[in-house]
Amino acid sequence: MHAIAHLATLTPLAVAAALQAEPATAEAASGVLGQQIVTGLSNGMIIALIAIGYTMVYGIIELINFAHGDLCTLGAFFALMLVGALGMEAWSGVAGMAGVVLLLAGAAAFCALFNWSIDRVVYRPLRSAPKLTLLVSAIGCSFVLVNLALFWGGLPMEVFGGGVAAAAPKDFPAMVPDSSLLPDAWDSWVSAEAFLRSSPSWNDPSVWWLTWAPRVALAVLVKSRELNFTTSDLLVWCVTLPLMVALTGLVRCTRLGKAMRAVAQNPTAASLMGIDVDRVIGAAFLIGGALGGFASVIYALYNNTISFQMGYRTGMDAFTAAVLGGIGSMPGAVVGGLLIGVARAISDGYIEARWTNSVVFAILIATLVFRPSGLLGAKLRDKV
Amino acid sequence: MSAEPLLRVHGLCAGYGPVDVLHDVALEVRQGEIVSLIGANGAGKSSTLRCISRILAARSGSLRFAGRDLLAMPAHDVVAAGLAHVPEGRRIFPRLTVLENLEMGAYRRGDAAAIARDLHHVRELFPILRDRERQQGGTLSGGEQQMLAIGRAMMSEPRLLMMDEPSMGIAPILVTRIFDAVKRLRDQGMTILLVEQNARAALRLSDRAYVMETGRITLSGTGAELLQDRRVQEAYLGD
Repeated sequence: MHAIAHLATLTPLAVAAALQAEPATAEAASGVLGQQIVTGLSNGMIIALIAIGYTMVYGIIELINFAHGDLCTLGAFFALMLVGALGMEAWSGVAGMAGVVLLLAGAAAFCALFNWSIDRVVYRPLRSAPKLTLLVSAIGCSFVLVNLALFWGGLPMEVFGGGVAAAAPKDFPAMVPDSSLLPDAWDSWVSAEAFLRSSPSWNDPSVWWLTWAPRVALAVLVKSRELNFTTSDLLVWCVTLPLMVALTGLVRCTRLGKAMRAVAQNPTAASLMGIDVDRVIGAAFLIGGALGGFASVIYALYNNTISFQMGYRTGMDAFTAAVLGGIGSMPGAVVGGLLIGVARAISDGYIEARWTNSVVFAILIATLVFRPSGLLGAKLRDKV
Repeated sequence: MSAEPLLRVHGLCAGYGPVDVLHDVALEVRQGEIVSLIGANGAGKSSTLRCISRILAARSGSLRFAGRDLLAMPAHDVVAAGLAHVPEGRRIFPRLTVLENLEMGAYRRGDAAAIARDLHHVRELFPILRDRERQQGGTLSGGEQQMLAIGRAMMSEPRLLMMDEPSMGIAPILVTRIFDAVKRLRDQGMTILLVEQNARAALRLSDRAYVMETGRITLSGTGAELLQDRRVQEAYLGD
């Protein structure tokens, strides 16, 4: 066992040596691909968060809520307005982090209430109307929200460009520094490991993988020099992952989550169980909206620019992600989001950025033609 | 004079779109009775139950249950008032586990100890559900799903249990078991309103029964009386 442990600690060094021995060109190329994947995954997480909003609403009332992407635009504009009103551009350090938390919470609350109101005012009166009526109303809502964003961007605030060009993209301040974390991570891990080894339980051969696994991972990442994993990537992951875990827990284990699944599977029977179906649907819009709000702020912080069309375009990606993963399936939305994010990044890097939207739509069409239920979707709704 | 019946339906009219399916339906169910509603396909039996549990809108009439006006409450409050409905076609939740399906039956109750007691009771009534507790509802056979639907309704601690065609589309051996369960519930004092196409089995089980034809109640009487009635024999008992 000890022999294995020693071997294991040596492995990362071997990997590192192998990476250094590679020809420079191959190293650079692999670095570029690695970078595309990291950026793609980070953008994919944001797409996934929006895709969950689509898939939740579809799962429960069979509506593609086309206004959902544009809701995220409004979330980002709301956040930028907060930045301007509170003078957050100047906040740094701890204040900056508090500002990020404030923006996330504010946009999530704003989008949750807005989404709930859209359901209450527009969709709820149409509950028993044909599905097509509902769909057309959703498209109508989308137009209304886009124009609301256009109007909002024309407000005479400094962060919106002084109200001159409403349609122009707005700069979103980089409240999270874009510094690469990987070299620091390597150093930190080496010193952390030395510290941990002073405790006897860490030298137990049964946990040898705990020490070498991070070493290998970091060695691979650091040695491909082109690779950056920045603080804003970290922000994206630290916001999206816990949200997804929390949402899964909510849907699987809580009373509301079970009621949501019951309503999705058979609203009439759910009503016979004493579930207030309209309230549960309202809760789905509330939660989906909140996730959209979080997504809008991390999108803005990650890409540092927002425009009145951002939600429309990101919404299309998210919708494609939801269909690709299997619309109605939440794990599907996450998988689909990550795949679309990576596909976009690879298309940007290896084809050309102007073809990227076509690639996404090609994926959408291919999914609808060859696998309409998506990667993880239920085969067909089993209505008895 | 006897007390007010547990359920009183009076002058009930209802329909789907432009089509009227119920005309002036009146019926009563008293505490502790088992009452069945028999009739041909499309006579309006299911629609009557759907009106009572408020998932089909009544156009006129009155529905009183346990001294309360059902028409004044939304559908999701009916079960909390003590009226459980085992719908036609079972309507279990196919992608919830059997246990979760049963939990949904107790959605409006807060008393964990009483819920646990009723869960125990349902497991006794249908032992097969205990064995299948972790399975998804949709993986059960038709008869097992029917048991699940009845068990789910029992989890709401109902004062009146309405059952719509519990024997429809089920293997004959399981039909016997379902009717046995209905008998046991009756013996335990449960008040039941039963809609059934298998008229003979239903009438044998019932204290009283109503016969429905094209949206109207045309006959009523005790189960034994109707079993002897010539018109009932010709139309529904195949004699």
